[in-house]
Amino acid sequence: MGGHTSPEDIKKETRTYLLVFAALAVATVITVTVSYLDLNRTQAITVALFIATIKGGLVAAFFMHLLSEEKFIYSVLVLTLVFFVALFVLPISTLADAVGEHFVMEGVEHGESEAH
Amino acid sequence: MEIPYTVEVRPDTGLYNAKMGIWLFLASEVMLFGALFSTYIILRTGNPDWVQHSMNVPLATLNTMILISSSVTVVMSWASLRLKNFARFRMYFTGTLLLAGGFMVVKAIEYNQEFSQGLFPWSDNYMGIYFALTGLHGLHVVGGMVVIGYLLGPGAKMWRTAPEQYVNRIECLGLYWHFVDLVWIFLFPSLYLL
Amino acid sequence: MSPIDEQHPEEAPEVSEEAHEHAHDEHHGEHEESFIWKYVFSTDHKMIGIQYGITSLLFLAFGFALMLIMRWQLGNPGQPVPFIGGLLGQANAPGGVVLPEFYNQLGAMHGTIMVFLGVVPLAVGAFGNYIVPLQIGAPDMAFPKLNMMSYWFYFLGGVVMLASFVAPGGAANSGWTSYPPLSVAVATEGQTYWLIGMVFLITSSLLGAVNFITTIVQLRTKGMTWMRLPFFVWSQLVTAFLLLLAFPPLEAAAVFQLMDRVLGTSFFLPSGLIVSNQILQVAGGGSALLWQHLFWFLAHPEVYVLVLPAMGIIAEVIANNTRKPLWGYKPLVYSTVFLGFMSFIVWAHHMFLTGMGTVMNAFFQTTTMIISIPSVVILTALLLSLWGASIRFNTPMLFALAFLPMFGIGGLTGLPLGLAPADIHLHDTYYVIAHFHYVVAPGTLFALFAGIYYWYPKVTGRRMNEVLGKIHFFASLVFINGVFMPMFLQGLAGVSRRLYDGGATYSHAQGVLEWNAFMSNSAFLLALAQLPFIFNFFWSIKMGKVVDSNPWRATTLEWVATTSPPLGHGNFETVPVVYNGPYEYSVPGRDDDYLPQNVAVQEG
Repeated sequence: MGGHTSPEDIKKETRTYLLVFAALAVATVITVTVSYLDLNRTQAITVALFIATIKGGLVAAFFMHLLSEEKFIYSVLVLTLVFFVALFVLPISTLADAVGEHFVMEGVEHGESEAH
Repeated sequence: MEIPYTVEVRPDTGLYNAKMGIWLFLASEVMLFGALFSTYIILRTGNPDWVQHSMNVPLATLNTMILISSSVTVVMSWASLRLKNFARFRMYFTGTLLLAGGFMVVKAIEYNQEFSQGLFPWSDNYMGIYFALTGLHGLHVVGGMVVIGYLLGPGAKMWRTAPEQYVNRIECLGLYWHFVDLVWIFLFPSLYLL
Repeated sequence: MSPIDEQHPEEAPEVSEEAHEHAHDEHHGEHEESFIWKYVFSTDHKMIGIQYGITSLLFLAFGFALMLIMRWQLGNPGQPVPFIGGLLGQANAPGGVVLPEFYNQLGAMHGTIMVFLGVVPLAVGAFGNYIVPLQIGAPDMAFPKLNMMSYWFYFLGGVVMLASFVAPGGAANSGWTSYPPLSVAVATEGQTYWLIGMVFLITSSLLGAVNFITTIVQLRTKGMTWMRLPFFVWSQLVTAFLLLLAFPPLEAAAVFQLMDRVLGTSFFLPSGLIVSNQILQVAGGGSALLWQHLFWFLAHPEVYVLVLPAMGIIAEVIANNTRKPLWGYKPLVYSTVFLGFMSFIVWAHHMFLTGMGTVMNAFFQTTTMIISIPSVVILTALLLSLWGASIRFNTPMLFALAFLPMFGIGGLTGLPLGLAPADIHLHDTYYVIAHFHYVVAPGTLFALFAGIYYWYPKVTGRRMNEVLGKIHFFASLVFINGVFMPMFLQGLAGVSRRLYDGGATYSHAQGVLEWNAFMSNSAFLLALAQLPFIFNFFWSIKMGKVVDSNPWRATTLEWVATTSPPLGHGNFETVPVVYNGPYEYSVPGRDDDYLPQNVAVQEG
């Protein structure tokens, strides 16, 4: 998005920004309201993260204008996203797939490890 | 020889240098906050004695609204500048700075409440992660405020000398600011609501 | 100062700062630069590259000296350290005899300094900064001020690390890996310095990475397409991505460990931890393994941060001195990109012995085996490049030729460590030390030496002395193998690393104990072997053979489109335009045996 957009386009953009703002505000109210309902843990997490993802998506898509961005930025973000997911999935599944009881540790752990 | 593409766009990438730079920086920020959130999940699921304190949700909701508003003002300030309306830009941009300041004030009130309840980073791992995450996020807000202050004050001269570059700077600051907002959008439910 | 000055009055600053203080009164456009802005707070990528180069070489020497003290203790247990024993301080080495606590500091700081303050700043900060903009035809890095900040963050990080030696209780002593609970509940004040230093170093690397990627993507000159990029630039690009995306989690981890140490949180401290027969008074509930995950999420890609720029240098030197195109340029590029990608998902092979279950174990073994494929492709391509060439055996080429088998040994001995059953035996033994040192010392460091000899004429306009260079090379090659080869034997016998007495108190170590003295003596001779290099490095600044702009008859832009040393700000008289691939050597039908990248050929 260079400086080549016409004033009319920019004005149209600003209307979108205000709509997005309204949506974000409404979503915030919803997510707070839902948190006062008696949902079970899984439901609560699902709903809260779902709403947060929508809100984050709106910010990224419109405010950070990711809807119409250059290919290079998309590539970097996809790459980042892959490693971002790895940063969650691999440590968590490794810690979950443990031999014995080490996840809840008692006493000093002797797991000195190698460095190569 | 001048460094090319500081202002104008390189045809094959469609980007000027600073925009690529800020996005790369944000990519590294994604990994930073990824590690912070990953830590939170690992510590919380791995500890059978985890204590989840109920924090001050009304104040945090207020802060969410403040930060969302500041995101709108910053994007409006950029739009105003592209419409060459410097006065309106300055209004929105000052508004962003004030909202950011407001966010920090609310945060300080919250921290004070927690301290007075005897809740400190070392109290337990929930409090530890709470202060680590909100603290690092707060540092990002403060960092953003410094840059906004600079661009409003001494940095604003550039509007007269190199207007296009100034617009670019506002765009990059905006991208950073939206990212700070985006992080908060995920911090808020995971620390306060779940 | 010399003929070069008369030829190119606008030359870039050289290696020795003091000598040139008032030598030039250059006028770059409107502003005149004072000494401090030109040499200290410079924003010129070449000056910053030189700053990085000098600082990192000093750190390499310092880290090497730490190792010599350790090797003295291992080779001559209980004997006072000669020459410098008295300087080590009564608290560390009473009467010059190294104490176990001090030995731990030496080990931790040797690793930290070599990796984070020595090799990476030299490979990326110095070579990357100086060479990349020249090779892509750019006037400077994309963000010169950021570049300067990056250097000063690095410098600050280095100062903090050095200061930790005089902290109460001495420097960090929990290994370069800083595993908790040891590093949190037991370690001395120096560990806090270490963490603060790391935060600075990480910040420096992140700024550098943003700058490198933007520069390479945005500032390539006209005609410099992706497949015409010199391989060195590719290696720096992938390296920058590794730094950009792998370092932030360690930054987060460093902040957490800092909070554990300073604020008393328990991110890495489990409940009921007993230290010195007392239950530690912390909230508990943390996970020590979490640190290992966050640490190795960086530290494994970091291995490739050390290796990739080295491979880049080797590719340049080999292509130039075989006088023929690199064999398999495209496979090299694709392998490097794939290697970089895979390096993010192999890290837990450092943690096989932490009680990992079989599923994840199998996953990480598989990814580790997969990542060896691109490494082998790269090494094979470089090796095949030699086939049928009439090789010029100059000093840079000798180092490059030695790199291939040395890195090969390092890489292949890594395979047993990547397979859990073998790792059970080899884990934490001297075998591991031997393995990764073969990758980094006769591997990467030899490549960096090759780079120094190769690009020295670029920076100074003079060549380093060949005879001294060859003495340096052959002596280093012999003695470095003397240091590391016996470690494989000790490791296979089961001798653990990080032992203050080198294993003397263990019965299973007795059969291989005599190697300790051999390795230590090799290390001291290796130190002597660096003297010709050090002398050569300084002597050649003034007395080296003056050469023209392209002494190696190379094809890439840094040699053919500008002078040696290059012009000051801006690098090029006119913006170079690229018509050819990077390694057009011995093109049939041409008089010269090299075709510069910026020369257009008419098809006839």
